[in-house]
Amino acid sequence: MHACPFSRDLTLNDPRPVADRLLAPFYTLGRYILLLTRAFTSLDEVRTYWGNLVTQMVRIGIDSLPITALAAAFSGAVLTVQTAYQLETSFIPNTIIGSIVVPSMMLELAAVITGFILAGRVGARIAAELGTMRVSEQIDALEAMGLNSISFLILPRVLAGIIMFPVLYVAACLIGIGGGVLIGSAGGFLSAQEFIDGARQFFKPFDPFFGLIKSFTFGFIITSVACYKGYYTSGGAEGVGDSTTEAAVQSCVFILIADLLLAVTLL
Amino acid sequence: MIQVENLYKSFGDLEVLKEVDLEIEDGETIAIIGRSGSGKSVLMKHLVGLLKPDQGRVLVDDVDIGEIPYEELREIRQQFGVLFQGGALFDSMTSFENIAFPLEYFTTMSDDAIRDRVHECLDLVRLSDVGPKKPSELSGGMRKRVALARAIALEPRYMLYDEPTSGLDPETSNTIDELISQLSEELSVTSVVVTHDMHSVFSIADRAAFLHNCHLHWVGPVNDIHGQPDETLDRFVKANEYHVGDPLRATATQRGQP
Repeated sequence: MHACPFSRDLTLNDPRPVADRLLAPFYTLGRYILLLTRAFTSLDEVRTYWGNLVTQMVRIGIDSLPITALAAAFSGAVLTVQTAYQLETSFIPNTIIGSIVVPSMMLELAAVITGFILAGRVGARIAAELGTMRVSEQIDALEAMGLNSISFLILPRVLAGIIMFPVLYVAACLIGIGGGVLIGSAGGFLSAQEFIDGARQFFKPFDPFFGLIKSFTFGFIITSVACYKGYYTSGGAEGVGDSTTEAAVQSCVFILIADLLLAVTLL
Repeated sequence: MIQVENLYKSFGDLEVLKEVDLEIEDGETIAIIGRSGSGKSVLMKHLVGLLKPDQGRVLVDDVDIGEIPYEELREIRQQFGVLFQGGALFDSMTSFENIAFPLEYFTTMSDDAIRDRVHECLDLVRLSDVGPKKPSELSGGMRKRVALARAIALEPRYMLYDEPTSGLDPETSNTIDELISQLSEELSVTSVVVTHDMHSVFSIADRAAFLHNCHLHWVGPVNDIHGQPDETLDRFVKANEYHVGDPLRATATQRGQP
């Protein structure tokens, strides 16, 4: 039997790999949804999760406070200086700087900066921790004991994320605005009173509420994506490295997408 | 009793197990032997439902564990103790906390009773003083013994051991073998030992099941392993005996090797 002269083309045009590649995102999405569904539905007694939840709240929230505060303070200060630079004219009152800086912090900067920092700090940590547990058979050990490893490991981490991210957001807002007030006063181009008057002038109660919705969403995205990547790690140390990187990078991408979607739908 | 019926398992294009049938009687110790990568650990993971067969079934006390709801499977798993290849100790916990872990989650024992049970398990594996140490502070052999203590904490009916002596020096291997025999006798558990160490097999097992080329190639009493006409089994056994000092070692000595 002769080989088909077009066999090479047929191989190149084999639809299976292309189909697999096209379906891969849907497969991933389905597996992600199933994982989270099982984490939040197949539950044991509260005592099973309580200790782990408190530990995760400390790791995700309290331990992240210093770096969040640092980033927020500098962002608030830089935003204030740059806004003052752009509005350097006698026709615009100084209070406008506060009117721009405060809503910017509340609506965007506090939530997004916190999200990016914690995608690296918290997301990578969760993915590496769960990934190592997977490749060293610690997750199998939990399952073999009769524990639901998915809810045991994932529920406390995601819950801690959606509880503590809004707390960190509030802290980032206050510290960022504080940074702006401080740099304005120290630089002598904006008094604290002018800054606060400007902030009050255009304040909308929805602004901090919108920021809280964002931080809640980002907290869920970062922890759930990291849990998914870590839980399904394979391939030893290299696999743990891949999961950790993917968790941090994909969380950042999803934060940007969610940021846009929330702005378009809620503002 | 555990029954494996016509089990098939593949990972992608890689076939690992085919047509595997095996019955494990209550109270016996059976060794699953075979070369590295022959599917021994995969078969063991099927016994406790950590892997699902592509075809065939696994029955524990006549219950098909592939067909029952997850909650029921979890109850069945509580009858098992599993010693994983690397120990699989939770590295964020001390040895004491590792052993106490299943007792805290699956019993209503008081803190005092848990403490006593943990010390009892540590005594049983002859490691009374490592309770406060984390797994990273223990040697490979000690980690396996602490993992063994954790596996027996709930007094399981079935014990599964995945390569319990791999990577250990001969003396520590002997200690682990002695512990497995002691636990089988004292606790009357049904034991499944995955290993390629024939020295262990002859020390602890009643029967052996030899996996080769995805199939269960031979099953029988360990005393019948020698003198089998099966060339594949014979070659596997003799390759191991080189290490424990039987016929091939003499050949090596003649060649001037230690």
